[in-house]
Order: sequence, then C-alpha cells, then structure tokens
Amino acid sequence: MTVAGLAAAFGSGAMTNSLAEIAGGEVFFLTGTNTTENHPVIATKMKQAVTKGTAKLIVADPRAIDMTRFADIWLRQTPGTDVALINGLMHVIIEEGLYDEEYVRSRTEGFEEMREVLKRYTPQFVEGIAGVAQDDIRKAARLYAGAKRASIFYAMGITQHITGTDNVKSLANLAMLCGNVGIESAGVNPLRGQNNVQGACDLGALPNVYTGYQQVGDAAARKKFATAWKASGLPDKPGLTATEMIPAAAKGELKAMYIMGENPLVSDADLKHVEQGLKNLAFLVVQDIFLTETAQLADVVLPAACFAEKDGTFTNTERRVQRVRKGVEPPGEARADWEIIADLAARMGYAMQYRSAEDIFAEFTELTPSYAGISYKRLEKEGGIQWPCPTPKHPGTPYLHKDKFVRGKGLFHPVEFIPPAELPDKDYPLLLTTGRVLYHYHTGSMTRRDNGLNFRYPEGHVEVHPVDALELGVAEGEKVRVASRRGEIEIPVAVTPRSLQGTVFIPFHFFEAAANRLTNPVLDPIGKIPEFKVCAVRVEKLG
Amino acid sequence: MSDRITVTIDGRAVEAVKGETILDLATRVGIKIPTLCYHPRLPIVGACRVCVVEVEGARALVASCAFPVEQEGMVIKTDTERVKAARRLVVELLLASGDHNCLLCESNGHCELQDLVYELKIEQPRFSAEPPRHPLDNANPMIYRDLNKCILCGRCVRGCNEVQVNQVIDFGYRGGKTKIITAADRSYGDSNCVFCGECVQLCPVGALVENKARFAGRPWDIKKVPTTCTYCGTGCTIDLNIIDGRVVKITGNESGVTNQGSLCVKGRFGYEFIHHPDRLTTPLIKEDGRFREATWAEALDVTARKLGQIKEKHGPDSIGGLSSARCTNEENYLMQKFMRAVIGTNNIDHCARL
Ligand code: SF4
Ligand code: SF4
Ligand code: SF4
Ligand code: FES
Repeated sequence: MTVAGLAAAFGSGAMTNSLAEIAGGEVFFLTGTNTTENHPVIATKMKQAVTKGTAKLIVADPRAIDMTRFADIWLRQTPGTDVALINGLMHVIIEEGLYDEEYVRSRTEGFEEMREVLKRYTPQFVEGIAGVAQDDIRKAARLYAGAKRASIFYAMGITQHITGTDNVKSLANLAMLCGNVGIESAGVNPLRGQNNVQGACDLGALPNVYTGYQQVGDAAARKKFATAWKASGLPDKPGLTATEMIPAAAKGELKAMYIMGENPLVSDADLKHVEQGLKNLAFLVVQDIFLTETAQLADVVLPAACFAEKDGTFTNTERRVQRVRKGVEPPGEARADWEIIADLAARMGYAMQYRSAEDIFAEFTELTPSYAGISYKRLEKEGGIQWPCPTPKHPGTPYLHKDKFVRGKGLFHPVEFIPPAELPDKDYPLLLTTGRVLYHYHTGSMTRRDNGLNFRYPEGHVEVHPVDALELGVAEGEKVRVASRRGEIEIPVAVTPRSLQGTVFIPFHFFEAAANRLTNPVLDPIGKIPEFKVCAVRVEKLG
Repeated sequence: MSDRITVTIDGRAVEAVKGETILDLATRVGIKIPTLCYHPRLPIVGACRVCVVEVEGARALVASCAFPVEQEGMVIKTDTERVKAARRLVVELLLASGDHNCLLCESNGHCELQDLVYELKIEQPRFSAEPPRHPLDNANPMIYRDLNKCILCGRCVRGCNEVQVNQVIDFGYRGGKTKIITAADRSYGDSNCVFCGECVQLCPVGALVENKARFAGRPWDIKKVPTTCTYCGTGCTIDLNIIDGRVVKITGNESGVTNQGSLCVKGRFGYEFIHHPDRLTTPLIKEDGRFREATWAEALDVTARKLGQIKEKHGPDSIGGLSSARCTNEENYLMQKFMRAVIGTNNIDHCARL
C-alpha cells in the first residue's frame, strides 16, 4: 500500500497526476511496474509517446519485462535494492548540480538531512549493492533530472518489500529533488492493481481511517461519523490490517471474520498459516460470486452479484470516480453486496435503509470533502470526475500539489538501504519473486474460468534462468518442486532469461501451485505489506 | 482570426479552420461523407478512396479524409455524379475482392462495407468475385479471423502498431497477394499477439470478429450498457453487449475517458465468469462439515446471531471484516460502516496490500 509513504512526503497517498497527461510526458521512470501485463491500456499510452519520439523511458526492474524493449535506459537492479538505487540516482543529481534548487528551497523541507545520508551512495557504492553499472546510474540520473517534466510510475514491485514504505519515500524524494511534483505530466504515480483499490481506500475500508482519510483517532472525526451514523461509542484505536487479522485468528484473539469478495487463501503470504488462522475462527462468513478457496472454509456463504449485475461507482488509479451500471440480473438468488450488508445490519438491530446505490453515494459524499461535489447526475453528464472535487461546480483535479503540497511543504526523508528479510543461502539458494501475468487476475476466480484466457495461459510456471536450469538439470515443461522455509509446491518450469540468474519468478494466481505457499509473511513495519517480492527457495527435480 | 477562412461546400458558404481536413469540416457542418480506412482514433492514410470529393481546380478527385482545407474560397463538392461514380467503383471493386456473402457473415448488420453498398444504391455486383482462399484462423477462442473478407483498409494494422503499440501485424506479400500477417504469417494463436482485440474493434467488416460472440445473437438485438471494467485500476470504459439478459460480448467504449475504446485481453475477452455455471446462486450453511442450500432468512439469521454472540462474549475487537477492492465504492463504504457502527470495531481492511 502506497498511502503511508506518499502521505508522509506529500500529505496524500494517491496518484499525483493523470493518465491523459502521459501523452505530454518528457521522461517516464518506471520501477516495480510490469505495465504491459498489469495495466495494459496505461502501457499503450507510454509506448505511444516513446515510439513517437516525444518521450524517453527509463525502466528499473530486475525482470526483462516487456517495457524494457521500449526503454532508453534499463537499470537491472538486484531484487530488493531499490532504496540503494534511487539514493544513487539522487547522489549523482546533487553531485552534478542537476537538482531544482529553487523548488527544494521554496516548496520542501528536510533536504539537508537527506543530503547527509545520500553522501555515502556513490555510484560505485550502489553498483556494489544493486548490481547496476555506475555509468548507467549516471546516465539515468542525468536523463531524469534533465527533463522539465518527468513522471515516476510504480506498483507492487516497489511496495511489496519490508522496505516498501522506504521505497516509496525514496521515489518521492527523487521527484521533489527535481521539482517534479505539482506540475502536469510529472509526479509520483502508484498504479493501483485492482479496479477499485483506490475507492476502497477512499471510502474508509482501512483500519485507521473513515472516508476521505479522516482519522479514527481524531475526536472531531469520530463525533462527526457518530452523529451521521447515529452510533455511539465508535472505537478510537486503529484496528487490525488484513495481514494482522490472520495471525490474530491463529492466536485465537480474533474469533470471527466477515469476508466480502476477497480470497486470502490464495492471495496472502504463507498460505499454510493463513489456512490455520481461518480454520481457527469460531465463525467465518464469506460473501462472494464463486465458492472460492476461502469460501470453502466458511460457516456461511452469501451469494453476491458481480459488477455487471449492479449499480455503483469505482474510483480508478488516477482518482477518477466512474459509474458501474447494471446490465443483467444476478443468477438465482444472488444479490448486490450492498443489499446484503444492509439486510445483515437490520437483523443486528441497526437500520440501513437505502433504495439504491445512489442513496449510499449521496450519504458518503456528504461526509467526505474530497468527494463532496460529485453526484450520479454529474457522472452521467461528465463521464468521470477526479477527486478532490469539493463542490458541485468544481471540475475535479487532474494533478495534486499544485503550488502547495497537501501537507504544506513536501517532506524529504533520509532513507538508508536495508536488505530484504530473507536472502538465498546454502539451503535455499535461489531468490523467489512473485507477480502477475497479463491473462489472469488476482486469485484467478474470475479469469481462470475463461476459455479465452486459459487458452493463452492455462497454468502457472516457475520461470528459471537457462543457466540455473542447466545446473539444476531441469528442462522446459518439466515439473519440479519449489520449496521455501514455509512450504513447497510442484510446478512446471519455463526456461527463460527474463529473470536474472539466481532468481526465479512465479505468478501467484494459481491455487494448485500457489506461489504464496512459499512467500515470506514478514511485513513492512509501516505499510504492513508482506515481502512478496523476495524470499529464498530451493528448486528440486521430482522423483 | 487569421486561421479562419471561408469556403464553399455543396453550395454553402461555411467557415473553416485552415489546415483541417475536408472530412472534418464536412462532418462539422453536417454533411456526411462515407469513409472506410479512416477512423477518428487512427493516423490518416487516405488509402481506400471511398471518401473522395471534387475540389474545384484540382484535376483528380481528392480523398477528403486526408486533404486539407487551405485556400480561401475553395469550392468543394461532395455529392456530384462523378464523386458518386468513383465511390461506387471503389466499393464494387472491394466487393469483388473477397468473399462478401453477408448471409454467412457474423458482421451482417454491423459492417461498414455492407452499409456503403446500400448507401450507394449498388444493386448488382458489377465484377465477378475471385475469393482469395485464405485459410481461416479460428483455433483460438477469442478472435475469429477470415481474411477472405478483408478489404485491406489497414485499420487493424494501425491499431495494433500505433494505438496499442503491440507490433504484431502488418501488411505482407505484394500486389494482388497482399494480406495482413503476423510475423512469419502465423495464426494469431501461434503469434506474439496479446489479444487486446484492438484490431477486432477497428475492423469495419467481418474479417475480424469476436469468436465467442459468433452465433450469440444479431447486432440489431444488442443492447449496450456502458460501465467500468472490473479488472485493473486503469478503469477502462466498456460496453456490455447484452442479448436476452446475457452479456454476449464486451467492446471498448470509444468515448471512454481513460481508454478511448482500447481495452486489454482481460477487459475485452474475460467475461465468461459472469454467466458461469459455478456462480453461487443461493446462500449456503455448513452443517457437519458440508454445505447445504439455505434461504436468505436462514443464512442472515445465523450470521447475525453468531456475530452478535461473539461480540457479546469476546468484545467487538474479536471480529474482523475484509472489504473488497472488487466491490463498488458504495459497498466499501457500507462494509466499513457496518464494522464500525454495527459491530463496533476498526478491524476493517481490504487487499490493497496484496
Ligand atoms: S489482438 Fe491486439 S496484439 Fe493481437 S493483432 Fe490485434 S491489435 Fe495486435
Ligand atoms: S482485417 Fe479488417 S481492419 Fe484489417 S485490413 Fe482487413 S478489413 Fe481492414
Ligand atoms: S481493459 Fe484491461 S487495462 Fe482496461 S481496466 Fe480492464 S483490465 Fe485494466
Ligand atoms: S476514408 Fe478517406 S481514403 Fe479511406
């Protein structure tokens, strides 16, 4: 989750700029985003600008992802060394006097402290950590700093580390150093993986905030919601994150869970423990469109309508609120999630009376300043509106932090490089990194039921570098055992130089060969995101 | 302003912006000129010559989609006999170039060539057709490719290369053998095509169609409902194409703010889950380790009772809720409201971290 790192630096955790601004970009810096596979239509906009020659592209990624084919510079860092690499870029930019002094002076704070830390991160020092040639670090630094408008794009490749929050802060540092926040076609842009991650965060599906990031610890906010909801005794202590709930269930502290449209039994790190945790619950209710792996463990399963069967809104990665429209009826007795929640609330003695999704929208816009000016009527007319949109006349906000950061001044953070929690050793000599593929989505409950998508990508593979494959004596298509300290899976091999020698890659969509049986559940202390991108494994021949 | 000029089009004096194409000007002032290789989202090539018009002083007819309005006083005629004859000839030749038996074509009723034949009042094919006998490319479940119906307008090629920048297809061979090909002329399924379907959406005829939607219903029966894609955070605007209460295909909405009609393979072709037989259709309650079907009243009562008891006995913080990044804003709002106001805990999160 990017909210913590960016919010600390800028005062808002959301994507700073807009997708339409990609067309006007001069330099794109992509890191930890496999854009053509995970945000294909955003990738097309980048590729258009690069092939037309109006933009240059820097890609920093350990894997030979498709975007590297379009890159002017490809920095192939060792997984888990992002902070060192970004510090190295900033070191060069400061050393060569390429940074935006005026911007740093007038719009930011904390520069000197950061500069102190950066001194050590010479290109030579960084090459030693990240494995990127000094010369490439210098070239990339000059290209990024030389542009009037350079935009940074990142995704889970940056956040799914124990240093995820640090990684994000580093990117924020880099952008501010070159005056790239608060202007068009620039900024720091987290690409949200799922259709409505942004909206779920905005509407308060987080343990520490109500809608619009109003803190549960803030007495005034609590009072406001208590009044609006006619509820007494709203708790003031932040709750557990998803990644903390499962261990709490395993320990018996959490007794019951209500899970709507999530499948932790495929998506979370260290599945053996997830399963133990969920099985340890006294009561589990799962609301979903399919009997997912998680739903199979439930005591009660509630059938939900899918997106094509209900009205509502999604908020996309660029903060744009857009309509979802009902086209067909749900199957059998399945009902829209909001109707089910409202009915359950009523049965528990709390009246939730809404005639339509629009009613609910009207309720939360009143409680949420950044959404206050948006209505279904406007969405119908204008197509989509980007928050903040505080009043009905406000056109919406394509890019944030213009003239002034949300938090006032932009804050530099001195960030030191910390290695990943678990690195290859004698027993587990290979580094495993996990991710997604173009043809599948999250835990696969929707995409793996599609003949078209399965035609292209029927099952998971472990990508093994040709040299490693030779040493292991394994061939293309051969099923192998991949084991980590937490579990093991059997999975066919794809021999490819896409990953660095010594690194293997497994997409996590496939339950029968679930990468998350292997992953390390250790969390980033602030973002509480597991380190999906680095752990140590061993690959063995079967039989 | 100096870039405004006055020209005459079909006898009307109109104001034009210097440099705009004749086609753009005509469209703006309400004069319809037929097109084929032109598409508003694609670079202009001026190849098919269906859009020809007469410009006074020019010897040949000009392609209006490519020809700029430059001269003050320019006189344009879009509807003369000469123009109509030229257009008719172009269309008659295209008809003869392939296998255009509309009876046997999925695109019947949704085809720009068919529309032109009608518009130009062509009653009899003038030239006899010698179909090119290209093999069908239909082994993949997503895109059905019948190049015997291809009119070589190149829209798919420009879409693949300049919009999606996937660089999969191009014009291949020469002269009469010209054909749209992938590298080494393989089938789509054997090529590096990523099945974004841009080419299908741009194809004006029945050469490229959605394979899963073949025989699912007629174009004129389709009801389109615009909505937002359920997969990644890009938020592309899609059109659910609905016949008899079923989503039979998904197309990109050309006025979508983030995508302007483009989609990826998941958004365009990944819709079978909607009507999949595995969908949950009734509440389930587990008894002795097995699920049994239940009524809503039963399932909600059990849930309310259990949650109530656990809250009573162990306190609200012994209950956790997971909301969903796949659900709507309205549902996420309600879920956290439920956990906070009804249960009384802040134990509410979703999968943003995964
Ligand atoms: S589906 Fe997409 S990638 Fe494949 S040929 Fe068509 S436009 Fe190109
Ligand atoms: S396949 Fe369709 S879009 Fe492509 S050249 Fe042929 S007719 Fe035009
Ligand atoms: S069509 Fe593809 S790129 Fe567009 S929102 Fe859907 S999944 Fe994302
Ligand atoms: S539409 Fe103008 S030449 Fe084809």
